[in-house]
Amino acid sequence: MSSVTSDSSVLAVQAPTTNPTVKAGVHSRPASPLAAAGTAPKPLFKTPAFEGPLDLLLHLIRANEVDIYDIPIAEITQQYLEYMELLEALDLAVAGEYVVMAATLIEIKSRMLLPPPPAPEGEEEGEDPRAALVARLLEYQQYQGAVETLRGWEELRRQIYFRGALENVDDYILPVPEGEATAEQLYQALHRLLAEAGVEDRPVTAVTPRRRLSLRMKMVEIARKIAAAHPNGLAFEALFELPCPRYGIVLAFLALLELVRLGRVRAEQRHPFETIRLVPVADEPAETEDGSA
Amino acid sequence: MSGPAGKGIEAALECLLFVAGEPVPLAALARALALDEIATEAALRSLQIGLTERGSGLQLLRIAGGWQLATRPEHAEAVGRLLTRGSSKLSRAAMETLAIIAYRQPITAPEIEAVRGVSVGGVLKTLLERRLIAEAGRKAAVGRPTLYVTTPDFLHYFGLSDLSQLPSLEMDAPAPPPVPAEVIADGRPPTNADRN
Repeated sequence: MSSVTSDSSVLAVQAPTTNPTVKAGVHSRPASPLAAAGTAPKPLFKTPAFEGPLDLLLHLIRANEVDIYDIPIAEITQQYLEYMELLEALDLAVAGEYVVMAATLIEIKSRMLLPPPPAPEGEEEGEDPRAALVARLLEYQQYQGAVETLRGWEELRRQIYFRGALENVDDYILPVPEGEATAEQLYQALHRLLAEAGVEDRPVTAVTPRRRLSLRMKMVEIARKIAAAHPNGLAFEALFELPCPRYGIVLAFLALLELVRLGRVRAEQRHPFETIRLVPVADEPAETEDGSA
Repeated sequence: MSGPAGKGIEAALECLLFVAGEPVPLAALARALALDEIATEAALRSLQIGLTERGSGLQLLRIAGGWQLATRPEHAEAVGRLLTRGSSKLSRAAMETLAIIAYRQPITAPEIEAVRGVSVGGVLKTLLERRLIAEAGRKAAVGRPTLYVTTPDFLHYFGLSDLSQLPSLEMDAPAPPPVPAEVIADGRPPTNADRN
């Protein structure tokens, strides 16, 4: 293998195509695709993986030292397809992306073999069939450049350390600019509310004695409470004695709805968001007052 | 103004930055010191220089939209031996995807895939888990695809104070088409300064 260049110093092992290690090798960047081309046996690749068909194409263009604006499509396609053969062992999802590019390359190659269609009146020469691909490659190349920059910053940044956030978040909460609460801050706020409601303190497993509570009993209890709070009525919140189990809250609410439906209690709210006050309805017009139940 | 004065301001700042454990915005520092932002920033600069001059192991950085104390890189080895670093470096796929999002945010998965030529579902999941990117509503396009933006954690990960510090891309290729502005707004607006 005198044709193998100095790049082959990393080609420690020759991998026959039947060798199961080819699959692992395929994830790697070939040291020199030119060395691998032709009659030379396929090398075991030892460099980082390609990030897809565009990455592979850019690599081939650089390795062949050709002008990206004037890609020798026939040659590059040939090398690309050779690489594709190695991909057979790869799963279809990854290989599929390479197949699409292969089809594109072959299409471009065939269009370049055909004489260009006669240019329409008043227009310049027909577009180079490679133009769209070149634009994609250039755009992709830009981001590869950006990745290099980011990689450098990542390295620098990893050389410095910061204090971790405090364990006890209640000790220190950054003032939140209005409208910029993070999910974390909302989560904390929720937990504070739950803690205030006593829900948090409840052990995860607890044996709750089953208490017989009926809607009727609750209605009587609430009606009494509201009547006792006369004349200003009872604040809605005062109906619920927290902490109490969830079904207690539900039952109290159901009982209230029922009382309102029966016209025995009236719920008043003077302004939006103001406290809802519950007022007993005088006994005389029991059914006539509210027909819309 | 009943805040501290002179060197006292710097010392107080040092306290705030010490307890914070995350980048603190200038406005928050000023509020805590009961000073205006101009005086606070002057004190920050002065503290920054002071730390260097006295050969402190700490430095004061502008990072991720705020100010934060950090160790100096010279001592990385010692600190590294004391602490176990949790997160690993980003993969190349993650880096490429992140770079594309950083420059073109808000951007959808299909748009990223068009640039990279490979699918990005798995990579996006990793980046979301590491909180380097976040979802920011949906694009008013067919299928209403999710839009992605970079987060303050992204800035912090790379030691940037804001997105305007990203170097401009070499504009050989035609500039990427501007992202239509019909973003269903439930995310923060893109802050990339070089995007119009």
